[in-house]
Amino acid sequence: MSTKTFRVIFMFLLLAIMAIPAVAAEPVKIGALFSITGPPSFLGEPERNTAQMVVDEINKSGGLKGRKIELVIYDTQGDPTKANQAATRLIKDDKVVAIIGPSTTGETMAIIPIIEKAKIPLISCAAGVKITEPVKKWVFKTAQNDALAVARIYEQLKKRRISKVAILTVSDGFGSSGREQLISQAKNYNIQVISDETYGPKDTDMTAQVTKIRGSQAQALICWGTNPGPAVVARNVKQLGLKIPLYMSHGVSSKKFIELAGDAGEGIILPSGRVLVANFLPNSDPQKKALIAYVKNYQKRYKTEGDHFGGHAWDAVMLLKGAIERGDDTPAAIRDQLEQTKSFSGIGGIFNFSTQDHAGLTKDAFVLVEVKKNKWILVKE
Amino acid sequence: MENSDQIIQYLLSGLSNGSIYALIGFGFAIIYNATGIINFAQGEFVMLGGMLTIFFLNVFRLPLITAIALAVGVSTAIGIVFERLAIRPLKNASPLSLVIITIGASILIRGAAMLVWGKDTHALPPFSGNDPLYLMGATMLPQNLWIFALTAVIIIASKLFFHYTIFGKAMRACAFNSQAASLVGISVKTMVLLSFMISSAIGSLAGIIIAPLTMTSYDMGIMLGLKGFCAAIIGGMSSGLGTVIGGLLLGILESLGAGLISSGYKDAIAFIILLIILFLRPEGVFGKKETERV
Repeated sequence: MSTKTFRVIFMFLLLAIMAIPAVAAEPVKIGALFSITGPPSFLGEPERNTAQMVVDEINKSGGLKGRKIELVIYDTQGDPTKANQAATRLIKDDKVVAIIGPSTTGETMAIIPIIEKAKIPLISCAAGVKITEPVKKWVFKTAQNDALAVARIYEQLKKRRISKVAILTVSDGFGSSGREQLISQAKNYNIQVISDETYGPKDTDMTAQVTKIRGSQAQALICWGTNPGPAVVARNVKQLGLKIPLYMSHGVSSKKFIELAGDAGEGIILPSGRVLVANFLPNSDPQKKALIAYVKNYQKRYKTEGDHFGGHAWDAVMLLKGAIERGDDTPAAIRDQLEQTKSFSGIGGIFNFSTQDHAGLTKDAFVLVEVKKNKWILVKE
Repeated sequence: MENSDQIIQYLLSGLSNGSIYALIGFGFAIIYNATGIINFAQGEFVMLGGMLTIFFLNVFRLPLITAIALAVGVSTAIGIVFERLAIRPLKNASPLSLVIITIGASILIRGAAMLVWGKDTHALPPFSGNDPLYLMGATMLPQNLWIFALTAVIIIASKLFFHYTIFGKAMRACAFNSQAASLVGISVKTMVLLSFMISSAIGSLAGIIIAPLTMTSYDMGIMLGLKGFCAAIIGGMSSGLGTVIGGLLLGILESLGAGLISSGYKDAIAFIILLIILFLRPEGVFGKKETERV
């Protein structure tokens, strides 16, 4: 065989190999990191379920520009070290074009250096302010900032002419971030934090703290934590006959909280994503359609209520879908398109990203909801 | 609000929590006395009691009493299986390796519970209403009375059992000197098994009775188990009044500490007490000094 023929055959083979992807339409690979087990599993599990559900829906209806999405999910167990390893694996071995998650702020902060170095867009599902402040080129997030939730509560307290509050926060990442915000924002609303108590994530009785607060001059109590702690606080407040209004965080905005708190939940007010009260929203609300569809589909597939934690994953996948449909599917193109996303109506709120804002939400992303007769209702403002 | 009212409330809250710790500490003491093992899976039996009751109540729609009886039965059975499969085959293992085995077992039970029942927290309805009772300006829930009553019943029953029945006396004999006990015809193996049965039954009962207050989830056993262990240590691992006083003391100190000093140090207070006692009086505040057997 002459060198020339050999060269022609070789070229032909090379072309054939290069042509395969175009014919078979390789799937778009998206990575996902969620704490499916471990302490933050109440976040990671609905997020994983939701992400899988949305991706299946997209694939069923023809995929992204004719290509299927392949979702590669790793469990980080709420552990920053595991998140770090899993992120490296997604980038080096799975060669994903974008990553959604992780579920917690600690894990997200741990993987940001890798993400920035690998130049892969990340849409975090965690709430910490520091994830997107200062803005990092490749990092976005969908969960509402704690700061917005606190602002929402303080606004209402100001309207009710309440100026002295007691705060009772859980001593984990979520609680201490909330505590920081509660203390630092108070002065903007002329509110004084006169009692500052904490409890442990596994504590089963908070009567001591509530007794102390009962002895103070506080006009309202704000409790910041995730299930089951706040339900115990609600029961203790009722037991001790504390009559001041009780506010809580978006960390317990789910049906589960009402189930755990029982009668003691009555009258508790908290900021929440709209998903909890989708049915009460006026028809003019731009998010209503997506919210009701999400709740319905989630219920159908997983037999439980979809909550706003799962919503963070819904938003992340849909934001990616939008970005890829508008542009190309290379990491750089996805990032650029993400940054230009405007008025995207998701589960968590209406997102407007820009070069200065990679969180994209305003405090309108939260509504205040109240427990009335064992149901969440929308507080009219 | 008067300051003295607050103190009374702290004391009452402390007593309520303390009796929970005492109940759990009891399970530790019984196994320790019969075998010299500290069973760190004790907290998991507390969790099993609560979770199984909710399981029978919600899935099989059984009446509360039946659900409780079944939950205690199943937990006891798990206790037996645990002893037969994990403790008995290691005949000559040192107490330390047995303690580590119990830690392993606790992780196994917790993991299995997570897979079977998921990670959600569940609440059991209170046995007799949720209206608080008032006592000198302080409040407590009817469920606390149930806990006090159960603790009292268990102390009395164990006193009777260990001092007036042949099985109880045999168990004490094994604790004192298992070799001598076997020489006079006591089956040491049976006594060890019995101690695991009793302690898992008590643990699960404790878990059931506290579930309406504390709620229950697959991982609730860790912290409660440790607090119960503290109670038992303070009480000198006695299966009598010592552990009860240890538990109550721990509860009261915790609650006073949270109320008067800072709630941030609540758990720290419990564990600092535990460390101090382990350093200064390893035999417990109420334990008699052990005489060295030659």
